[in-house]
Amino acid sequence: MELEIRGLTKRFGSFVANDDISLTIEPGEIHCLLGENGAGKSTLMNMLYGLLDPTSGEILLDGEPVHFTTPGDAINAGIGMVHQHFMLVPVFTVAENVMLGREQTRGLGMLDRGKAAELVRELSARYGLDVDPEAMVEDLPVGVQQRVEIIKALANEAQVLILDEPTAVLTPQEIDELMEIMRSLKEQGTSIVFITHKLREVKAIGDRITVIRRGKVVGTTAPGASEPELAEMMVGRAVKLQVEKPEPTVGEPVLDVRNMTVIDARGHTVVDDISFQARAGEVLGIAGVQGNGQTELIKSLMGLVKPDAGQILIDGKDVSKQGPRETLEQGIGYIPEDRSHDGYVGGFTVRENLVLDLYKHDEFSNGLALRLDAIADNARERIEEFDIRTEDMDSLVSSLSGGNQQKVVLAREFSRPLKLLIASQPTRGVDVGSIEFIHKRIIGERDRGTAVVIVSTELDEIYALSDRIAVMYAGRIVGTVTPDTPREEIGLMMAGASTEQEGSHRG
Amino acid sequence: MADDKGKAVSWLPTAKVTVASILLALVVGALLIVVSDRKVVEAAGYFFDYPWDFFVFAGEAIWDSYRALAVGAAGSWNAVTQTLERAAPLICAGLGVSLAFRAGMFNIGAQGQLIVGAICAGYIGFTYDLPIVVHLLVAATAGIAGAAVWGGIAGLLKAQTGAHEVITTIMLNYVAVSLLLYLLTKDAFQREGSNNPRSEAAADTALFPEIFGFHAGVLVAFAVAFAVWWLLERSTLGFEMRAVGANADAARTAGMSVPKVYTLTMLVAGALAGLAAVQQILGHQDSLTANVAGAIGFDAITVALLGRATPLGTVLAGLLFGALASGGIQMQAGVGTPVSLTQVLQALIVLFVAAPALVRAVLRMRDTGGGATVMAKGWGS
Ligand SMILES: Nc1ncnc2c1ncn2[C@@H]1O[C@H](COP(=O)(O)OP(=O)(O)OP(=O)(O)O)[C@@H](O)[C@H]1O
Ligand SMILES: [Mg+2]
Repeated sequence: MELEIRGLTKRFGSFVANDDISLTIEPGEIHCLLGENGAGKSTLMNMLYGLLDPTSGEILLDGEPVHFTTPGDAINAGIGMVHQHFMLVPVFTVAENVMLGREQTRGLGMLDRGKAAELVRELSARYGLDVDPEAMVEDLPVGVQQRVEIIKALANEAQVLILDEPTAVLTPQEIDELMEIMRSLKEQGTSIVFITHKLREVKAIGDRITVIRRGKVVGTTAPGASEPELAEMMVGRAVKLQVEKPEPTVGEPVLDVRNMTVIDARGHTVVDDISFQARAGEVLGIAGVQGNGQTELIKSLMGLVKPDAGQILIDGKDVSKQGPRETLEQGIGYIPEDRSHDGYVGGFTVRENLVLDLYKHDEFSNGLALRLDAIADNARERIEEFDIRTEDMDSLVSSLSGGNQQKVVLAREFSRPLKLLIASQPTRGVDVGSIEFIHKRIIGERDRGTAVVIVSTELDEIYALSDRIAVMYAGRIVGTVTPDTPREEIGLMMAGASTEQEGSHRG
Repeated sequence: MADDKGKAVSWLPTAKVTVASILLALVVGALLIVVSDRKVVEAAGYFFDYPWDFFVFAGEAIWDSYRALAVGAAGSWNAVTQTLERAAPLICAGLGVSLAFRAGMFNIGAQGQLIVGAICAGYIGFTYDLPIVVHLLVAATAGIAGAAVWGGIAGLLKAQTGAHEVITTIMLNYVAVSLLLYLLTKDAFQREGSNNPRSEAAADTALFPEIFGFHAGVLVAFAVAFAVWWLLERSTLGFEMRAVGANADAARTAGMSVPKVYTLTMLVAGALAGLAAVQQILGHQDSLTANVAGAIGFDAITVALLGRATPLGTVLAGLLFGALASGGIQMQAGVGTPVSLTQVLQALIVLFVAAPALVRAVLRMRDTGGGATVMAKGWGS
C-alpha cells in the first residue's frame, strides 16, 4: 500500500507544529523520520493514525484520499501504530490483549481464546517475533511487550506500521532483535515509518530518510549520508557527536555505598550487597542491561526506596534512613529514568515543573506563599538556557514533545548548586543537538567538582561520559573498569561473565 | 488543546460542556413541563382539530414555570437573599469536595463531615451561655474542628494504610448519621419534655448577625472561596496538593510528603464542610434534627463537579443550585409546577456533564480531547 501525505498542516492555536508537509511512503520501505525535539514528528504520525485532525492538507492511500477521525478508522484502513507508552492490559495474556476490541466468539458468546492464541502463534512464527500467546503481559520485558503491540497491529492487518521512538526504551540486544523483525516485516511487504534519534539505527535500517525541522520537511536522503551530515541537516548547524572531555581532577569520595542490599516487594534480592564510591570531579558510569537492579539502586540513593541492609554515606553522613526531601536538600540532583512516571507533572505548566522540587527555597517562596515573579523569571531563564521548545512558560508539560519534556527535568535539576548528580538515562528521547548540550553540561558539572553517577543502558553514552565504568548484573557490581576497556569485554560483563580476568583494566 | 488549559482535573468537563449541559437540561425540563401540564395534555387530545391550542398552551406552561422559577430565585431582594442563604452551605461544602479533587481524592464524605460539624456547633450553640460574638466564634470553631477531624480521619487512613477515601468517607457518613440519631435520644441533646429527636435551637448569642436581609455566613462563604483559591494557586501547600493530585509519584520524587498532603487536604476539606454545617445551624434559629444536613453533602459533590473543581466554578455552581432550590419553591407555590422539576434539572445537568460525548453529539461540538474517561483515575490510584 502506498501512503501519500500532501501538504499536511497542523496548528495548535497560533503555533504551527506541521507546516505543509508532503511525503510518500512506498510499499515495503522503511522510511525514517529524523528531526529535533519538537520538530513535529509525533504530531505528523498522530494525524496519520487519526488521533489528531489536520488543519489542512490530505492523506492518500493508493491514490485515494482518506479521512480519519479516530484511530479505528486508521486501523481499518490498514495503518498500525506502536506508541511509546504501550496500550496493553497488564493482567491479560498476550492472546487476550490481541483479541481485545475484536473479540472472536463461538456459540453463546463464549470467547474463543484458542483462535486468538493460534493467530498470535502464526504471526509470531511468520515474522520471527518469538512471543508466547499464553504469557501474562506484566511478566514480559519491555522489548517483548513492544512486540505484542506489533502483533496487535499485524492482527489488524496493518500494511503501514508507525513506530514512534521504539528503541528509546530498549536494550541494545532488544534493538538488534527489533531490527530483525522490521526487516522481516519489510520483506513481506509491510511499510514502516520509523522515528528515532539514534543516527546509527537510521543508517542501519532505513531505506529513505526524511528530515523535519521546525515543522517543515528539509529534505529526503538515502542512508548513505554520514552521521555528521544527518545531524547537520536536523539541527541546521554542525554538531559535535563526541563530547570534549578534559582529564578529571578527582577529589574526595562524595557518595560511599557500603554493602547495600534491597529486597523488593516480591522478596527478590534486586540489589545484592553492593559497595562503590563516587568521587568529587569524576563521572561514574553504571552500565548494565535494564532490570539488573539499577532502578532500585538509584531509588535507594534518593531515599525513595529504603535499603534492607547496608549504608549510604554522603559526605560521610549516613542517609539511608532519610526521605527524598532531605536528600535533595543536601545538594543531590536527580534525573529519574522514566520522566513521565516521576520526573514531571504533566498537568502542570512548564513554569511550575521547573520549580517542582525547589518551590520551598527562599528564592521561590516565603514559606507560605509562592513568589510568582521569581518562578516566572526562573522559567524564562531555564527555557532560554536549555532551548526548551514550548509555546510559552504556561504551556502544560504534557503538550511538549518528548525530548522537550526531558529538557524540562534536566533544566530543573541543573538549576541549583550540586554536590552529587544522579542521572538515569539522561538523554532518553533527546535529539543529537541537545545531547551535545546536555553532555557538555554534565562534564561541566563534573569539572566544577560535582560527583556524577550516570546510569545508562546505552554503552555509547556510558563511554562518552564516564571516567570509570561499573557494570551491574543480577543486582551486583560485577566489575569496575576504565573507559578504555573494549566494548566486547563490557558486553560480556553485562551478560554476567566472570570478572576475574580483567585485572589490567581495573579502575 | 487550548481549551484544556483551564482544566484543573483532566477528566472534568470543559466550561463549554458545562454551559451546554445546563442549557440542554433546561430544554429537557421544558419537555417535562409540557407533558405534566394538564391543559397541554388536554389540548394534545384534540391536537388535530385545533393544533394551535397545543402549542400555545405548551408555550405558556414553559414560560410560566421558568418565569416563576427565575422570579422566585432572583425576582426580588427577598428572593435573592433566599438564594444566597441556600447557596452558601453548598458553596462551602462544594469547596471541600473540590479541594479534595484537586489533590486527587474523591471526597464522598462531605455529608458525614457536615453532620459531625452540626453536632459540635449545635451543642455549643444551645448548651452554653456565652456573650454575643464569643458564642458564635466558639460554636463555629467547634463545628469546623469537628468536621475537620471527621475528614482528617479519612485522609489519615489513606495516608497511613492506603485505604481508598471513597470507601472510608462513605462509611464515615454512616457512622456520622448513626451518631447523630443516637445523640438526639440523649438528654444532653434532646429538647426537654419532648420525645422527638430534636434539640433546642441555638441561642441568639450564637447566631450569625443579619445584614441586608441575609445572615453574615453568606459573606463568610464568599471569603472562604477566595481563601481556597489563594491556597490552591498561590501557596506552597496548594502547590503540593495539586502536584500530588496530578502525579503523586513525581510529587514524592520531588521531595513532597504525599501522606502529609492527603491528611492535610482532607482536614481542610472537612473544615469546609464544617463551615457549611455552621451556616445551617447558626444561620437562623435552627435546631439539630436528623435531617439537619439535608442532602447538602451530596449536592456538594455535584456542585464541585459542575464547578470543575475550581473555587470560582464552585461558587457559580453553588449559586445555580441555590437559585434552583429557592426558585423551585416559589414556582410550586405560584404556578403549581412541582418543585421536583428543579431536582430533575439538577440531575439532568449532572448527567450531561458526566457524559460530555453526549452533549457534544447533540450540539455538534468538536471534541477537544479528555473528558471522556471520567473516573478512570479516581479508582485506579
Ligand atoms: N496538544 C498540543 N497542544 C499544543 N502544542 C502541542 C501539542 N502537541 C504537540 N504540540 C507542540 O508541537 C510541537 C511538535 O511536537 P511533537 O511531539 O510532534 O515533536 P516531535 O518531533 O515528536 O519531538 P520529540 O523528538 O521530542 O518527540 C512541539 O513544540 C509541541 O510543544
Ligand atoms: Mg515525539
